[in-house]
Formats: sequence, structure tokens, C-alpha cells
Amino acid sequence: MSMTITEKILAAHAGKDRVSPGELINCRLDLVLANDVTAPVAIKEFSKLGLDRVFDPDRVALVPDHFTPNKDIKSAELALCVREFARSYGITNYFEVGKMGIEHCLLPEQGLVLPGDMIIGADSHTCTYGALGAFATGVGSTDLAAAMALGECWFKVPESMKFIYHGKMRPWVGGKDLILYTIGDIGVDGALYRAMEFTGEAIQDLSIEGRLTMCNMAIEAGAKNGILAPDEKTKAYVEKRAKRPYRFYYSDPDAAYVEVKEYDVSQIEPQVAFPHLPENSRPVSEAQGIELDQVVIGSCTNGRIEDLRVAAKILKGRKVHPRLRVIIIPGTQEVYLQALREGLLETFVEAGTVVSTPTCGPCLGGHMGILAKGEKALSTTNRNFVGRMGHPESEVYLCGPAVAAASAVTGMITHPEEVMGDAD
Amino acid sequence: MELRGKAHCFGDDVNTDYIISGKYKFKTLDMKELAKHVMEDLDPDFARKVQPGDFVVAGRNFGCGSSREQAPLALLNAGVGAVLAQSFARIFYRNAINTGLPVVVCDTSLIESGDELVVDLEKGLLQNLTKGKEIPIKPLPPVMLKILSDGGLAAHFRKYGTFHL
Repeated sequence: MSMTITEKILAAHAGKDRVSPGELINCRLDLVLANDVTAPVAIKEFSKLGLDRVFDPDRVALVPDHFTPNKDIKSAELALCVREFARSYGITNYFEVGKMGIEHCLLPEQGLVLPGDMIIGADSHTCTYGALGAFATGVGSTDLAAAMALGECWFKVPESMKFIYHGKMRPWVGGKDLILYTIGDIGVDGALYRAMEFTGEAIQDLSIEGRLTMCNMAIEAGAKNGILAPDEKTKAYVEKRAKRPYRFYYSDPDAAYVEVKEYDVSQIEPQVAFPHLPENSRPVSEAQGIELDQVVIGSCTNGRIEDLRVAAKILKGRKVHPRLRVIIIPGTQEVYLQALREGLLETFVEAGTVVSTPTCGPCLGGHMGILAKGEKALSTTNRNFVGRMGHPESEVYLCGPAVAAASAVTGMITHPEEVMGDAD
Repeated sequence: MELRGKAHCFGDDVNTDYIISGKYKFKTLDMKELAKHVMEDLDPDFARKVQPGDFVVAGRNFGCGSSREQAPLALLNAGVGAVLAQSFARIFYRNAINTGLPVVVCDTSLIESGDELVVDLEKGLLQNLTKGKEIPIKPLPPVMLKILSDGGLAAHFRKYGTFHL
């Protein structure tokens, strides 16, 4: 009986030969994670269980990334709660400010999430790790508390939905544009409870960074997980980082899918999602000229080195439009250091942007770039809900790093070709 | 488990930021405090109007967005007895069960704000007393019903020491 990659990983971790959609199973977990917002609630629940240890101190990752460096006294207290728990339970993978990065940029980079893994995280964007050929999904803090205790979690096997991306991407189109286009097609509940499996020539052409971006936003279509087949690029990425064995799984050619979507990516322009849902995506040509107050480049969606390279290519030798604030946030310390060595940070500062230490900050209206009433932001983040980045009457448009950087130069939403000519 | 209360209706895609706005939920673990602001961007009077046991009734994809458990906890602490929707975002659905907030999938187009409802989770039946209609509900998976009737996952876990699938 044939299975999808998602079903194979679930079956392997449930100790079964096969599983089918709809089946309830108990799975062994390879890693569980939480951040400074979700861990305190999990810790509170964990303490109710009356245990003196976690299932494995090496397989719990705690990443205080949302409100750190501490924004205020309340967030300092949440961060303290996580730090004290990490110390008293001997959590190996606790990342203090200085080592900390945005969790979904950090854990792949640190080799803590690997192909074939079964991962849950108390953060909805945990689905990011599917880009390495792992099953990863977001849960709440109580599920996480039980997982920290047991190293297990129960799941309903999801139906799989296959997305085939044919053709070659146009210049300035990346993983963010493909996923915004896809969510625009199927809607914010278009993959509800399902596994989104990304395949096709364009997915093979995407870098690991672009794949992480795509899987990161599977949750924005309601999916349980996003996933794609590992390949040589995956191997090259993980083999120098992995600290434990990993395994590549592939969907059988005749595996069953509840729905199949096919796209010709050569027809896809860089995308912009209008307020107030990620499904409101349109070609950038239909968004040209919308005046902006702020541009943010970063986040668990687009805070990786490739994203910064794209932004720097456009910002090099140019200046930020005087009306704008432009905030650039490398996702991790490693990304920050790499950007420094490549001269990208110099480009950014010379252009008139501000470069921040890694943090989720502005994406969720937390800190480091809150919007006032009536302000408009263009952001490489993942959600543009009402009030997401600040005042309920502010607006957020979503895009990839190329459109963000080009728009930073002109002060309004702009196709990168307008700034760069036809040169990619 | 029989639940009884009045309906408070909302639309599709009610996200976790609407349920409890980010500007409050990061500040405190005090759910009673959070409960004062529940659903306020959609209905500023909701927290004041809702009576213990009342139902939040919505369209598709209720609870989309973040994984934070503050969303179901704020509803619970505001006195909401259950959420009824055409469909739920999956993380919210799990979190609701884990924290002891009943969630019911059914055709909510037959319910208006103010309707008196009775829900029987075991029998899988919803009665709209005001309209005199019976509405079938999608039964919860047995494991979820078990967790819910134990009072949430922490209580379930204390009882069995594991998941009792």
C-alpha cells in the first residue's frame, strides 16, 4: 500500500507499517520547542503534572525570541520563567540572548531539526521544518507540556494535498511569491487539517531558504504541515549541521492525494498580499504606487541569508525614500555575522535602514516597529490580520524581500524591475 | 455533557488576534484579566454581555492564526460554554479541547444571536430552542471527548499518566 511522505514519517514514529488519513495515532517526537510567549504557559501546565524531569533534556528546545532582548518588565518576567525552567531541568538547547535567533531560522541552522523528524512546537509556524523533509506542526502550550513530559503526542493522520509547480520562475520571484500565490488560490482555510506537499521543477529549483519560506506559511492556508521531498540540496544543508542520524522519506508515486493543484510558475509575478488576510494576494503590478510608512525585512518567513542578499542587491548604492522607516532583522546571529562578512550590513546602513538584533518583534506588533493609526507597512512577514503590527487601523501588506527592498527605495509598492531594470 | 446557553454570532475566519488581541495577550498570564478583552475588536461589549455558559457561534475557520492558548483560555475565563462553528483552525481546536473548552462543528447558518441552544456532546445533538430546530453536530473523536470530559489534557494526564487513546 502506497503512502505519502507525511504518512511515512507518521507511521515510522507511531511504530506502524502504515497509516491512513483520519487514523488516530500516538507518535514519538524527535524534538519539541517553545518560545518566550508559549513556554511560560507550557511550564505552568507542566508543573501541574507533578514531574521532576522532562522526557529528554536534549530534545526540548527553548528559544526566547518574541520579546527579547526584553521589551518591558512583563516580557522580562516571561523570559525569566523560561530561563529558570531551562536551568532547573537541564535543557541543553536553551538559547540566551547572544545565541538566540528567530526559532524557525535558528533550529534548522543549528541542525536540531532534520529530515524524517517528527517535531511539534508551541508556535504556529513550526510547520517551517517540513522544508527539510520532516513532519512538523504547531500545537498549543498544553500539548507541549504533555510532550515535554512524555516525548509523545497524539495525531490524526491528515489527508495530503499535492501542489505541483511547473516551469521556471521569473526574475525576482522566490518561495514567498509562490506560497502567497498558492494561498491566494486556495484561501486561508484551503488546506485546513491537511498536509500541503510541494513538488515540481520550481520546488527543486528553490534554495533551502526558499523552501523554508514556503513551508513556513502552510499554516496560513490552515494546513497541519507543509512538506517537500528532500534532495541533494537538503543533504548539503543538513550534513554539516546534523548532530544525530536522519532519514530521507519520499512519497510513493501512486500515493493518494485528496486534491492536486498545478501551477505554471512562469506566469507568476512577484506577489503582494493586501490587508487583512494572506489570501488577498495579487501580482505586484496591481499594487504599484501604494504609499508606505514602514518596510520590514526579516522574520521566520524571510529572515535568512538569501533574503538579505536579495535585499542588499537592490539597496546597494541606493537610499531609502525619506518618508520611510526601513527595519531589517537578520533571523539569527549566524545570519547576522554572515551578512556582516559579506558587507550586506554596510549596504543596509548606508542605504538608511536600521539593522536589528534577531527578534520576532514587529511581526506580531510586539516591539521594534509598531504602527500608528492609519499607517501602512510592507513586510516580508507572514500575517496581515487587523492590528497585527500595531494599531487596529494600521495596514500590513505582505511580500518577499525583493519587492520590499525595491519599495523601500521608492517609498511605495514597486516591482523590483522598476528599480533594477531587467537585470536580475 | 449537556450545555445550555445563548448564542453570540460572529463571521468567518475569526483569528486568534480577534479572540484576544496581541497587545494584551503577551502582557500577562492572568486569564481573568485577558477575559475582559475577549472578542473586543469584533464586539466591544462582548465581555460584558456574555453570560456563563453562553455560546460563541461562528462561520468557517474559527481560531485561525497563532498557536497561543490564551485564545481558548480567555474565552473560557469569560464564561463561554462552547464555541460552535462550521469549521475550526486545527491548532485552536486542539487547544480548546486541551484546556477544557468544548468545540462543536455544525451548520451554524441556522443560528442567530440571542437563540437559546442546548448541546449534547455525547449524543451529537444541538437543539435550537428558539427556532424549534434540531441541528446534527459532527461528533468529537473519542480521544478528544475523553480529554474534554476529564477537564482538559493536564487533568487527563494526571488521571492516566499518558494519552489514553
